[in-house]
Amino acid sequence: MEWTVLLLKLSEGMLVSVEIFTLTLLFSLPLGLFVAFGRMAKNPLIRNPIKIYISIMRGTPLMLQLMVVYFGPYYIFGLTTPRGYRFIAVIIGFVLNYAAYFAEIYRGGIESMPVGQYEAAKVLGYNRTQTFIKIILPQVIKRILPPVTNEVITLVKDTSLAFVISVSEMFTAAKAIASAQTSMLPFVVAGIFYYVFNFIVALVMEWMENKFSYFR
Amino acid sequence: MKFLEIKNLRKSFGDLEVIKDISLDVEEGQVVAVIGPSGSGKSTLLRCATMLDSMDSGELIYLGEHAVTTGADGKAIPAPSKQLKKIQGYYGLVFQNFNLFPHYSVLKNVVDALITVQKKSKGEAVEIGREFLNKMSLSDKEDAYPYQLSGGQQQRVSIARALALNPKVLFFDEPTSALDPELTGEILKVIKDLAAEKMTMVIVTHEMSFARDVANHIIFMDGGIIVEEGLPDEVIKNPKNERTKTFLSRFEK
Repeated sequence: MEWTVLLLKLSEGMLVSVEIFTLTLLFSLPLGLFVAFGRMAKNPLIRNPIKIYISIMRGTPLMLQLMVVYFGPYYIFGLTTPRGYRFIAVIIGFVLNYAAYFAEIYRGGIESMPVGQYEAAKVLGYNRTQTFIKIILPQVIKRILPPVTNEVITLVKDTSLAFVISVSEMFTAAKAIASAQTSMLPFVVAGIFYYVFNFIVALVMEWMENKFSYFR
Repeated sequence: MKFLEIKNLRKSFGDLEVIKDISLDVEEGQVVAVIGPSGSGKSTLLRCATMLDSMDSGELIYLGEHAVTTGADGKAIPAPSKQLKKIQGYYGLVFQNFNLFPHYSVLKNVVDALITVQKKSKGEAVEIGREFLNKMSLSDKEDAYPYQLSGGQQQRVSIARALALNPKVLFFDEPTSALDPELTGEILKVIKDLAAEKMTMVIVTHEMSFARDVANHIIFMDGGIIVEEGLPDEVIKNPKNERTKTFLSRFEK
């Protein structure tokens, strides 16, 4: 196989990986905030189910979760799923999983805030929403950027798990070419693709950390 | 006019009764210093007065308006939230650890509540903010961030932040305890200047000579009660109560 063909096939797969990556972040970053609030809720009827959800998401393989989301509707409820469901299932699986991880990172950040910040805001007359949005959140974002970077980089590599329900992202493409050509080369190239992707991710995250370095 | 009235305040944390039936009045222009050993309940008194902690029972009144009343069952009832919001504007609090907002510049720390809470225009807020920063001799620091300032400067920013909202009563919770002796002096001078301007203040402090100089009423607390109170010269120079004498003897040099 020509180099150009190899690169073209892998780039097509890469496009799918980038799609999974982007959509997952788009939905799981905000969803995680709501999950974090649920996890910190005083009401046990909200808090406990959220704890169980996080526990399952962190305690079982993402690969298995993707299978449950994709095959579950048919095998558990006897529902036939629409044609495009394969890709949707990947996104649902990734979003649910990553929201759980992000929620715990957010919770750590929020709970690490000194109580004095809330008290100062209260005495100055800020209401609860103003206190959270204006005073707490910017400081929390600064604190959680390093662990969020970790998760985002892991997500890049995790996109390869979509192969389990036959969504042909880059790694699936590499495997197909490798077995057809009986060559390891596609895997090496795939590795380079992931590395470059993550290199860019790391640059962006570093830039964001720098954006928040004006205060301590 | 009475700016602050506390009547029969009681507060417990679990089984520990921290404040046992305290009543006090603060008149307009009065400077009250609250002294006493650690664990005497003086900080809790301040936290109840500023509603950072809820009262178990008693009354809290600012300028004749009830913030907290007590029902027939003896339990404290806070006023409706609309009234509480109004009353909250009557007082300010300066913390021991400043509690500045680290992500805001000095000027923004002072003006943000004016805009967010008091709904003033940005121009008006900045004008007020600069006036108070100037008063605290911090005009050249308005673009700095809190971490770039000394402890004394940070505390002056937090005093400017409290004053900018134009409170009727200003509380200080051990305002110099996080500062070294050199910086302590600069904060004490600021508070003395405010006293000279007839700012109504309630100051929890460990600085005995300062309390004597600046306050016109001293409250000595121990074990959750007011053991002795009166004019500074009476309480600090001629304490009548044995407990007050023992406590103050450690400061006499």
